[in-house]
Amino acid sequence: MFWNSLILAMREIRRNLLRSFLTILGIVIGVAAVITMVTLGNGATQAVKNQVASLGSNLLQIRTGQRMMEPPGGGGGVPNFRVEDAQAIRNEISGLAAVSPQVSRTATVVAMAKNWSTSVTGADNDFFTAGNWSLETGRTFSDAELETGQSVCLLGATLRKELYGTREPLGERLRVKNFSCEIIGILKAKGQAAMGRDQDDTLIMPLKTVQRRLLGNNDVSTISISVQDENNITQAQSEITELLRKRRRLTEGEDDNFNIMDTRQIADALSGTTQVMTTLLGAVASVSLLVGGIGIMNIMLVSVTERTREIGIRLAIGALEREVLMQFLTEAVMLSALGGLIGIILATLASYVLSGVMNVPYEFNAGINLLAFGFSAGIGVLFGFMPAKRAARLDPINALRHE
Amino acid sequence: MNLIELRQITKTYGQGQAQFQALKGVDLVIEKGDFVAVMGPSGSGKSTCMNILGCLDIPTGGEYHFRDVQVEQLDRNQRALLRRFYFGFVFQGFNLLARTSAQENVELPLLYRGESSSERRKAAQAALEQVGLSQWGHHTPVELSGGQQQRVAIARAIVTSPELLLADEPTGNLDSKRSHEIMELLVDLNQTHGITIVMVTHEPDMAEYAKRIVHFVDGNIASDTRHRPLRAEEIINVLE
Repeated sequence: MFWNSLILAMREIRRNLLRSFLTILGIVIGVAAVITMVTLGNGATQAVKNQVASLGSNLLQIRTGQRMMEPPGGGGGVPNFRVEDAQAIRNEISGLAAVSPQVSRTATVVAMAKNWSTSVTGADNDFFTAGNWSLETGRTFSDAELETGQSVCLLGATLRKELYGTREPLGERLRVKNFSCEIIGILKAKGQAAMGRDQDDTLIMPLKTVQRRLLGNNDVSTISISVQDENNITQAQSEITELLRKRRRLTEGEDDNFNIMDTRQIADALSGTTQVMTTLLGAVASVSLLVGGIGIMNIMLVSVTERTREIGIRLAIGALEREVLMQFLTEAVMLSALGGLIGIILATLASYVLSGVMNVPYEFNAGINLLAFGFSAGIGVLFGFMPAKRAARLDPINALRHE
Repeated sequence: MNLIELRQITKTYGQGQAQFQALKGVDLVIEKGDFVAVMGPSGSGKSTCMNILGCLDIPTGGEYHFRDVQVEQLDRNQRALLRRFYFGFVFQGFNLLARTSAQENVELPLLYRGESSSERRKAAQAALEQVGLSQWGHHTPVELSGGQQQRVAIARAIVTSPELLLADEPTGNLDSKRSHEIMELLVDLNQTHGITIVMVTHEPDMAEYAKRIVHFVDGNIASDTRHRPLRAEEIINVLE
């Protein structure tokens, strides 16, 4: 009997090809929209995760102030770090791959008669380890340069391109604010823009040079730490907290006046945001799926009215109520499932193309495809039931008389 | 053997003031193999009686025996099954499925009987051949003339080899030549295949093809004449 309903439904869909197509258009668009939104959203989440990972592996960033995004050395008279703090961490806590005290500020750099405003960071050689930087050409700082705060610098890939174009700038001098410095190295591009800024648009100098010549103090605003073993991150974090509390003479009840940020946490926080966006977009798109379902109900109701005579013939010939019900229900479900199928094909194409345009990784998500397909079939049952019930309940005598 | 027995059948439509009694106690016995023409003016109750005979409607009062079954006690689905296995219907307006080939139209009742597609195809072809349309199986109703459409409808009605064929003004939409062709087809089905036929008509010359004519007037049977119409070849036979 189910097989019969299937044959009848297919016959009916074939008989009204154009109308069937228009009927399922709503479902097609709904399913395609849901899948595309969710696939692109997941791609965006993945992209954010990749970007955060490019900040550095197993990276902890320690800043003064209580909250993550507060500006370093922020208000309220919170004392800054000193180089000694970094030194203490290096000496007293084991299992760290790099401890890099840093300061940075924005400054205008001049070279080749061009101005470029960039982020100037003062750090030691641990900076490169902690941040996963590698050299394109040149070298890192020598101990003497770090010790005495000499005017040497390394360029990020973007800065280099903006100032020198294709020229090889190694050994040349550029001017930062009111002093000039020698370019000793070029950093390899990371290629990812993390949290809205280009990491490669940067200039690195010895910590002391920036402290003395750009800032005029001995403060350290950030300490970046790379932990050797991923599993020790939490432990390292609590050891560092304890050490810094002692050094900053915080008593038992006082809050920390610094914060330690785990890049994994940032990744989670940011991907959490995109996840929420994905869910939201998916929800909005599923409204269109619902509208598509109502479209199917509409057409099925029209179809029942239009085919009243046919239903009368079927009933007179001896079709049972439940067979007529099944016929119309199967038709509705087949229509919506067909719409779902076409929607999936469309969505796969669209998300493939759009993920290329939006520069996010494309990942086929079987879960959402199955869900959307099941949902569209379910909509067929839901919205097909009422018209089917109406068809099955018809009185054969009246139905046969229907014009 | 009695195929059908109606006892004191009444049918009332509406309620209260608007009440209307379409059948006022009809007694009718139809034997197996009979060919009955039902006649009468409109509103006389003949259509109501046909609907009750065809199990499409139930009487308000009285008893309806089809073979050993008491039809008025059956529910909607049981009556559908009775129609499926024992009845064939032919309507005035042909009532074929549009945009569906003659072959598929004829197969329809077999589909509900759950027969396999090869059996369906074979039986439908045989039925189409019986009505003289074996070459027209793949045509849709719009491609067929009225007479051909009615033949397809008859093929659909007899494809299940029913006990009873109910025809509601089968020639009402046809010209006189086609009407006579259809009637000859019905007579043939009755005589050579023993299908019992009950036919509503208001054309006396069509009723002449039947073995028996029942006249309805005002919800009652006014006359019930058994007559054996002499057809041309029979007259010749007698003369010889």
